[in-house]
Amino acid sequence: MGKHGHVAESNMDAAFPEPSLYTIKAIAILDNDGERIVAKYFDETFPTAKEQRAFEKNLFNKTHRANAEIIMLEGITCVYRSNVDLFFYVMGSSNENELILASVLNCLYDSVSQMLRKNVEKRALMDNLDGVFLAVDEIVDGGIILEADPNAVVQRVALRTEDVPLTEQTVAQVRKLIKDTAPGWLKKGTVREGNGQ
Amino acid sequence: MLGLKRDKKDEEDGFSLNPFNNLEKTSVLQEARTFNETPINPRKCCHILTKVLYLINQGEHIATTEATETFFAMTKLFQSQDVTLRRMVYLTIKEMADLAEDVIIVTSSLTKDMTGKEDMYRAAAIRALCRITDSTMLQSIERYMKQAIVDRNPSVSSAALTSSLHLMRSSGDVVKRWVNEATEAASSDNIMVQYHAVGVLYHIKKTDRLGVSKLVSKFTKQSLRSPYAYCLLIRIATKLLEEESDGRDSPLFDFIETCLRHKSELVIYEAAHAIVNMPNTSARELAPAISVLQLFCSSPKPTLRFAAVRTLNKVAMKHPAAVAACNLDLENLITDVNRSIATLAITTLLKTGSESSVDRLMKQISTFMSEISDEFKIVVVQAIRSLCLKFPRKHGVLMNFLASMLRDEGGFDYKRAIVDSLIGIIEENPEAKEAGLAHLCEFIEDCEHTVLATRILHLLGREGPRTPSPSKYIRFIYNRVILENAAVRAAAVSALAKFGAHCEELMPSVVVLLSRSLLDTDDEVRDRATFYLNVLKQSNKALNSAYILNDCTQCKYNKALNSAYILNGLNVSVVGLERALHSYTQEPSETQFDMKSVPLATQPLAEQKAGAGLFGAEGQQGAEVTPTAKAPDKVAATRQDIYAEQLAAVPEFQGLGPLFKSSAAVQLTESETEYVVRCIKHTFTNHIVFQFDCTNTLNDQILENVTVQMEPTEGFEVLSHVPAASLPYGQPGITYTCVALPEEDPTSVIGTFSNTLKFLVKDCDPNTGEADEEGYEDEYVLEDVEVTISDHIQKVLKPNFAASWDEVGEDYQMEDTYALSTVKTLEDAVKNIVDHMGMQPCERSDKVPADKSAHTLFLAGVYRGGHDVLVRARLALDDGITMQITVRSTDETAAEVISASVG
Repeated sequence: MGKHGHVAESNMDAAFPEPSLYTIKAIAILDNDGERIVAKYFDETFPTAKEQRAFEKNLFNKTHRANAEIIMLEGITCVYRSNVDLFFYVMGSSNENELILASVLNCLYDSVSQMLRKNVEKRALMDNLDGVFLAVDEIVDGGIILEADPNAVVQRVALRTEDVPLTEQTVAQVRKLIKDTAPGWLKKGTVREGNGQ
Repeated sequence: MLGLKRDKKDEEDGFSLNPFNNLEKTSVLQEARTFNETPINPRKCCHILTKVLYLINQGEHIATTEATETFFAMTKLFQSQDVTLRRMVYLTIKEMADLAEDVIIVTSSLTKDMTGKEDMYRAAAIRALCRITDSTMLQSIERYMKQAIVDRNPSVSSAALTSSLHLMRSSGDVVKRWVNEATEAASSDNIMVQYHAVGVLYHIKKTDRLGVSKLVSKFTKQSLRSPYAYCLLIRIATKLLEEESDGRDSPLFDFIETCLRHKSELVIYEAAHAIVNMPNTSARELAPAISVLQLFCSSPKPTLRFAAVRTLNKVAMKHPAAVAACNLDLENLITDVNRSIATLAITTLLKTGSESSVDRLMKQISTFMSEISDEFKIVVVQAIRSLCLKFPRKHGVLMNFLASMLRDEGGFDYKRAIVDSLIGIIEENPEAKEAGLAHLCEFIEDCEHTVLATRILHLLGREGPRTPSPSKYIRFIYNRVILENAAVRAAAVSALAKFGAHCEELMPSVVVLLSRSLLDTDDEVRDRATFYLNVLKQSNKALNSAYILNDCTQCKYNKALNSAYILNGLNVSVVGLERALHSYTQEPSETQFDMKSVPLATQPLAEQKAGAGLFGAEGQQGAEVTPTAKAPDKVAATRQDIYAEQLAAVPEFQGLGPLFKSSAAVQLTESETEYVVRCIKHTFTNHIVFQFDCTNTLNDQILENVTVQMEPTEGFEVLSHVPAASLPYGQPGITYTCVALPEEDPTSVIGTFSNTLKFLVKDCDPNTGEADEEGYEDEYVLEDVEVTISDHIQKVLKPNFAASWDEVGEDYQMEDTYALSTVKTLEDAVKNIVDHMGMQPCERSDKVPADKSAHTLFLAGVYRGGHDVLVRARLALDDGITMQITVRSTDETAAEVISASVG
């Protein structure tokens, strides 16, 4: 029965991270009830949806009050940031360089913030969910950091072509094209904002 | 349920914050039919795709047919030229790649986009394509991948490089051919491209040490621009340093050290972390790294403070003096708002500080113990434990603190860590024993964890009788018999019996208490009580020793294994016993079941620490287990049980009897030669079977009829070979050689064997694996194998060595005195003896107390054939080391062999 304690120790002591580009275990955005809005897991730490939910619940309980930026939980290092009713999380192995995780978190937050025109709250995020999905996909690809510069991420997500031949478009599209000088999802955000006031 | 609750809330709010809230899977998938409409409405389709992605993202299960249907409908969307829509299509393809069937249908569309003019498509198309492709399809797009890697658009190049890394797992050989392109990409101006390219190059060359070494030296000279790439290089360099022997003079170490002056904090921290974690660093080498971490301690960024203090905490154990320089900065952190940082700071101070600061720090930490997570409470517990070892005089304060933590709320892992620590302290410090046992007694009065209660009861049974006043523990133990569940009652009954067996004055009372359990509702408790009662009533010391005091088989409470309890005195492998009994019942025979035919447990179950070493030797990464991992519930088959099964399947080895012991694997070749061979020695009653695991590392050869010819020392006789029929490239095969032990002289049991690998070579085509008809004989010389005394002895832990010593008696006792000239210290002497004999040190006698000039080592084992062997070695330090060794055994030959082996 003496086996339990030593396992934990050996894990804490594994000092050197294996040279690998697979740095990120998961990315998540939760709302202020701890419900998942976006969550992407890149390895088998939590293989089933049920385990993922349980982890997110635990994570949220531990982080939604204390604004402490970083926490270790279930052997995972997790950096986080929150704004109004949104919580952004980036998870990595407990051996991972915490600053690398933080750089990815900042990129995620700043990209979303730019896309939502600094209006980082749940409602705006839900209205631009497609953009957020694309942004997450541009930041981390299968656990590898693909891009950590928010400007580059926003640029890669946001661009809508202006040069689609008019003949290939429907009347509605052409109308939209004339109305939209800004990218579609941005425009949509603005309209909402206007309505809200 | 959740949906309903949300509905209500949304109604109250008057609007829904989440338009995706009430999505119904079937209706969303129905909507996907819109994709077939012409002309395509990009905005609408985009919204539907977002819904689909949202559903998948929420963990909604989508059946294969549904997914496939939606996937095929989605392929229509390739007709639209809307960029956002196309990007969403790529994303959905990736998300559905594992859900839907026949996803390769989009290969040509994606290939078109990947090579097209639209930059916004290309990068994402590459990533989607590589996600769905397999190694055969990969050949056809290889040309495009190579172009993409060196594309001047950084997003395209990065996409191709990261995809290459993903493909590495399934099609490593193809990706290896892209090394030139990756090298070109590594000199890109874009920092991410550079990072990905260095990563790809490393993974391609990973197995080639020289290649990696060249790679590192190239990139350390041409300074990289990406901080991520720097971190990767530091990790590669650290790994190389770890493997090579020339230590800190290496240019690799210089490189890591210069990274301490990099402009990015990310790189500085990575370098500092690497340096402080290296084994055997000197104080001078550590200093710059520590001072960088010290600087980070006062950073306004919590993450940076956390990283710094966590790293300092880890090294404080090894280099307390070096970390002590940061004590002032750490003091400032003990009130940090981030409790994790505060905890780490305090526990670091506990490790580096002086004895006088202990009380103050303990007081500080107790103010916020309730606020921190269990993970960090465990860190605190471990710090306290190490503190107890460092300042044994402080054990009173510290154990009180642990005991109060034990009373507070907490999860199982946390409680277990505390109990582990208390037990550890009790074992290390005899002065703390009584206080510690008292705390644990109090804990089991109200303990919800059966595992911990049984563990503590076992400890009480072992340690309690040997304290000055054993009677005071009886009440605590008997309370368990009255109040607890069956598993705890059974453990309590066993503990009671031990008090009875050890302390004569308590015997009558114990007999009374045990007899009350004879009518217990649980059969296990009844069985134990009856059994112990009968043994105790014999009042026979030898019986007590064999069946009560030395019961190492700490079987878990499991009805299927009930039989094993009765055999408490035997250290048999439970899985082996099950198998032996099964085969006995299959073939009815006149003879009685022979206990000696059951293989011994490879390691005493109580000593799982040794188990960790065993797995380490096997090259498995034991460290992968997370701290929250649960222990397996059933008794797992050990490595030896697996070997026993494999050997039993070989017809040539039918008559050899039960497997006695399997050695660790010994490499007989260098690891990078043409043929890699390792040897495992299996000892049987009168034979040794050598198992050779061979791997052919030449892809243009197939070996057939592979055997190992052994040239034995005198007396040993090679009986038979079991060849490996065929050994294709990369697939390990096994060949056995069976050797009979010398019959005339049963005491000559050690020897050296020289080995030659013999085989028939057939050349073959490396690509197809097709072999030529004709082959030729060849051979390959291997390194020697030695059979040592430890191959004939199995380790066995005797928890009460003195009782066993008396039990075996002096019928076959050998005694001799030696002068050990080669070793200088008692520790070395003890270590050498233990390694040489391959026996189990008992009573923690393998630990030599500091500043002592004499020490007694107790070893226990079982000799081939099932004879108990005990060794007592008295060591005295006086110029050299003098050793008086006494061997006792139940068998004369065994005693002679062991005694002779010492010389």
